Amino acid sequence: MNAVPMNCMQRTLTALGQREPDRVPLFLLTAMQGARELGVSIQDYFSRADWVAEGQMRLHRKYGGDCLYAFYYASIETEAFGGDTVFIPDGPPNCGAPIIRRFEDIDALQVPELGQSPGLLRVLQTIDLLKAQAADTVPIVGVAISPFSLPVMQLGFDSYLELMHEQPDRFQRLMTINQAFTVQWANAQLKAGATAICYFDPVSSPTIVPRATYLKTGYPAARATLAGIHGPTATHLASGRALPILEDLIATGTAVVGVSALEDLAELKAAAAGRVSLLGNLNGIEMRRWTPAQAEMEVKRAIAGAGVGGGFLLSDNHGEIPWQVPDEILFAIAEAARSWGRYPLTWVRDGADPDAC
Amino acid sequence: MDDLLGPFRQSLESLDRLAAESLFEQAVERSSPLGAVESLVVPALEQIGGEWQSGSIALSQIYLSGRLCEELVERVLPASDPDRKHQPRSAIVVLSDFHMLGKRIVYALMRASGFELLDYGRMEVDELVARCLRDRIRVLLISVLMLPSALKVREVCAGLQASGGEVKVIVGGAPFLFDPQLWREVGADAMGRNAADAVTIVRQWMDNMP
Repeated sequence: MNAVPMNCMQRTLTALGQREPDRVPLFLLTAMQGARELGVSIQDYFSRADWVAEGQMRLHRKYGGDCLYAFYYASIETEAFGGDTVFIPDGPPNCGAPIIRRFEDIDALQVPELGQSPGLLRVLQTIDLLKAQAADTVPIVGVAISPFSLPVMQLGFDSYLELMHEQPDRFQRLMTINQAFTVQWANAQLKAGATAICYFDPVSSPTIVPRATYLKTGYPAARATLAGIHGPTATHLASGRALPILEDLIATGTAVVGVSALEDLAELKAAAAGRVSLLGNLNGIEMRRWTPAQAEMEVKRAIAGAGVGGGFLLSDNHGEIPWQVPDEILFAIAEAARSWGRYPLTWVRDGADPDAC
Repeated sequence: MDDLLGPFRQSLESLDRLAAESLFEQAVERSSPLGAVESLVVPALEQIGGEWQSGSIALSQIYLSGRLCEELVERVLPASDPDRKHQPRSAIVVLSDFHMLGKRIVYALMRASGFELLDYGRMEVDELVARCLRDRIRVLLISVLMLPSALKVREVCAGLQASGGEVKVIVGGAPFLFDPQLWREVGADAMGRNAADAVTIVRQWMDNMP
């Protein structure tokens, strides 16, 4: 057993190195919840960089998670392209009307300047503030939507699927523009102090497109984009299945894969074989109605499935915990991670039943 | 017709439009437009829906094959066709959400299966309840992607009940897939795990409606 407690950064880096730290790192991806901590609306919260930084620090102290999450909301990236965002009082902000209304609009689309986007500048300022407080003791996770998944917001999902299948030239032009944007955006976050970039790419999941399509589209986009990002990346499929393309994801050069609650962690762990770390896969939707005892059992199941040997970060399966999840459940998850996640996970090695609390 | 089903499903999965059209035309020639829908399109879409559930088919294939089937059926069974007339008044809506793909898929599959239904687009709770009552809707299909939207189904069901409307509500979308108890919690009558489920459930209801 590791006698000396590690700090969050040491714990995370050890796990990502496929070794066992003092305990399983907990990546409790609470974004909106900072608004509740500060007693302001979600819309107001995301309007000020210092509030988001303060919210993240309070959440980190409150639950004892192992990362700071600099994610605002997905459509902040389409705001840079001229889009808008629709805020709701009890959930993640939504993307407004598509910025590409006709496929022809792609012909004139340009890579936006980061400096011209107030939203992106706020995120960078938040990262800067977090870095000043956390130094190198807590990983700061930045977020970039993949060039291949961004068009869901740029065009609308149905139009995007039609573009992908019917207009390969325009699809390729859009990928080129989006890749340049994503690389620029991810590197700006790293420069501001982010430790790693979570590359959200749900469309690449075989839940959304078949692997054959992915290999011709999302895969080359990921390889090119990740190669241009000057720091570690975690590919997150945001609840989509990962196993059928796990080898391909590893070949993109990503260090971590965010996996679905619909998948078996032990199976994924065996397939990963120490070549990539896993992030997941607590069911964020069900979490809303869990009891503390159930939360503890779910944490045990996840740790039993993927914890041994390191290479595992405990998290939810979507990359964002819903607003409706009660405090007591988040506390129960954090407590269970601390008590059942202590290496060397003797209870797992001894074959104990994770369902027996 | 069984000999056409496998190749037709394959043509949809691989998005081979020409093959799908040819097989569908053969089915129409062998029986009737409605016969081809019933014995070729509906079972093929049901099988594809089941494959999505098990993870072997992607959402893009469901969407694009549904659109293709909708086109095929529309050619032989237009909206005014008498075979569409004996159905309960039905509507489909995205509730308080900005994600329209799920509704488009279900709408396409319902129409490809011979149903006629009103497309309400995107609505909030009060507007939806009022519209359902005004249109004397008997079956309401609600699609959502986000959890807050899914939770609002409870208000829709309560509003319909309070107004005395006899509306059966079927819900679908990611929150219901990830939490299989959620549809009961919000007071819906059924949950479709995929678009083909919606077709099957509405058919069953239709058979039992006066």
